[in-house]
Amino acid sequence: MRRLYFVILLLVLLAACKSTTVDQQVGAVNMSFVHQVNGSPLTLNTTTYTNKSGEAFTISKFDYFISNIRLIRADGSAYTVPQDDSYFLIRSNDPTSQTFTLTGVPAGDYAQIEYMVGVDSLRNTADISRRKGVLDPGSSHTSGMYWDWNTGYIHLKLEGTSPAAPVDATGARNFRYHIGLFGGYQSKTINNLRTVRVPLGISTGTSRLSVGPNLRTTLQIIADAGKLFDGPTPFKIADYPDVMVSPFSGNVANNYATMFSFGFSSAVSQ
Amino acid sequence: MKGIPNFWMALATQRQPATGLLLCLSLGIWLAVSCKHSAGDEAVVPTQPAFTTTPYPWKKPANFPDPVYDLTKNPLTVEGVALGKALFYDASLSKDGTITCAFCHSPYTAFAHTDHPVSHGIRDQQGNRNVPGIFNVAWGKTFFWDGGVTDLDLLPIAPIQNPVEMGETMSNVLQKVQRSSRYRPLFQAAYGSDTVTTERFLKSISQFLLTMVSANSPYDKYVRKEAGASLTDAAGRGMVLFQANCAGCHAGALFTDGQYRNNGLPRLTNAKIDDRGRAMITAQDADKYTFKVPSLRNVERTFPYMHDGRFQTLEQVVNHYAAGIQDNPQLDPLLKKNGRIGLSLTAAEQADLVQFLRSLTDSEFITNPEFQPR
Ligand code: HEC
Ligand code: HEC
Repeated sequence: MRRLYFVILLLVLLAACKSTTVDQQVGAVNMSFVHQVNGSPLTLNTTTYTNKSGEAFTISKFDYFISNIRLIRADGSAYTVPQDDSYFLIRSNDPTSQTFTLTGVPAGDYAQIEYMVGVDSLRNTADISRRKGVLDPGSSHTSGMYWDWNTGYIHLKLEGTSPAAPVDATGARNFRYHIGLFGGYQSKTINNLRTVRVPLGISTGTSRLSVGPNLRTTLQIIADAGKLFDGPTPFKIADYPDVMVSPFSGNVANNYATMFSFGFSSAVSQ
Repeated sequence: MKGIPNFWMALATQRQPATGLLLCLSLGIWLAVSCKHSAGDEAVVPTQPAFTTTPYPWKKPANFPDPVYDLTKNPLTVEGVALGKALFYDASLSKDGTITCAFCHSPYTAFAHTDHPVSHGIRDQQGNRNVPGIFNVAWGKTFFWDGGVTDLDLLPIAPIQNPVEMGETMSNVLQKVQRSSRYRPLFQAAYGSDTVTTERFLKSISQFLLTMVSANSPYDKYVRKEAGASLTDAAGRGMVLFQANCAGCHAGALFTDGQYRNNGLPRLTNAKIDDRGRAMITAQDADKYTFKVPSLRNVERTFPYMHDGRFQTLEQVVNHYAAGIQDNPQLDPLLKKNGRIGLSLTAAEQADLVQFLRSLTDSEFITNPEFQPR
């Protein structure tokens, strides 16, 4: 009997101290999001692009949330970035928002990155004390990405002008896509949260991102705003110049969920 | 390491085997916790100056259900309520310093606005909806006619940032409040520091709103069987009619089931916008032209009525249910019973119903100096 207790005690002790005494090897990933339209660099306001329906347009705003990031290994196991450090607001007019660093990533090779475009339903309904940083509805940079009249964050915003858009109240031919809705709090709404996976290489088979304590790892993701019109459900600006809270917003979300692709990656020893 | 287990082993042998096991485990857990601590960063004892607040004596009325708002995540204090009240009456929350929350929500009309059918904001701009009264928000599942706001703490952002209401941005308001010398002692007293944060700002306004409990109408005193409480004969008859005809939607002590329903209001031909109600929030077809069932407490004082303020008197409202309901695909089944559109109510019954609605006026609430500007 005595011996048994002693063994149990030792086991409990070992289990408790293992995680803290053995240092896990970690590294960092410098992430960047680069914006394009149909393969050309995105320039706000001045460059005219054309969608597959033949409509010319310019873009004045292209902002979106990235959250719940996971790095997935070839065997399917994954590292999940801690919740509180996993919310990013990427804004097309603010270069500093387009790069960020994930730290504390376990050393090893990763084959895919997964993230949500938008803010998950839990955080969308969280107490105000848990809405910090880019989620703070009182901060100037978040305003515009938060619906105060329909409690929830706007997952993605694309705005611009097009001769194909009808004249609006301001006399301009503007289009606006403000896509939010996370499925509802007490009663159901549509759910426009989309989770995307991007292989970390040109082809899925060979994709690999190495992370380690002595590596400087860089990962660039391309977001092509043109896909918003020309995704799985292509649509014309003339038909849908203004999409916010409407059933069609689901199609817009399906379209932009396909806009991300691998840019490049590197892992340089340091 | 060796000595410790031996000591515990000695203890363990004198007890039942199970106790020994328990002792070992608890020691293990204790060691585990201390092990974590020593490996991680040392606990830092905060050296803030001690400050104390006075708990606000918030009470649930005896005839009410438990509140929906989680008071443990925002414990009401006398100081927090005072700060919230100062903000509620502060015009600097609006862009041009002309509009306070109370401008639209007057304490003398149960925090409703009775001058216009729809709200009036900065630079005389008109909104789209009638201003509801504010009371018993602790029991609100959602807020606004369409239930668009799901958390009381997040509500003030909507009027502040609405271009036709207060027309400001939250970040500007927070900066104005931070710069104002008037607020320093108020924040200090409520939170122990004068730093203005989104959370402190919003939660103190919630605190003030949460104190607006209205439960002392003649009807309440009657149902609580308080000494000397009674309803007039007409109101008593009206109560029976109300139970039979109205309480399916205007349910319980709060006079609302918190659901979204269509009560057969005909479309106004001169309406400024096509207000699709709940569907504007959910994008679900089934929610088209449904609105949240409003509470009817203090309804005598909160005219005009309905989301668009179309009716001026309670007589008009009750007559709507008897004779004005228009069939439409969304019309609530409770108003279409046995193939009959609307409720069958004689003129005398309508008059009794109005008397009952008047018995829901809580004058103690409406005249309470605690809620009025000082
Ligand atoms: C310009 C007028 C106006 C101002 C200023 C205003 N409100 Fe309102 N308030 C309204 C209107 C209109 C509604 C209903 C909105 C809707 O249903 O879409 C409302 C709804 C509310 C409700 C919800 C009531 C319910 O039961 O659904 C609360 C609470 C509230 N306001 C609090 C405030 C606070 C706090 C402020 C100040 C920060 C404020 N209001 C400023 C017009 C105003
Ligand atoms: C089918 C559900 C339902 C029934 C039954 C019902 N109501 Fe209503 N009532 C509503 C809804 C929904 C509204 C808000 C409608 C809107 O503004 O579009 C409302 C609004 C009102 C209002 C206006 C309140 C305000 O603040 O503007 C009054 C008064 C009222 N009802 C009284 C009654 C009376 C009296 C009866 C019974 C004769 C009754 N209701 C039966 C659903 C119902």
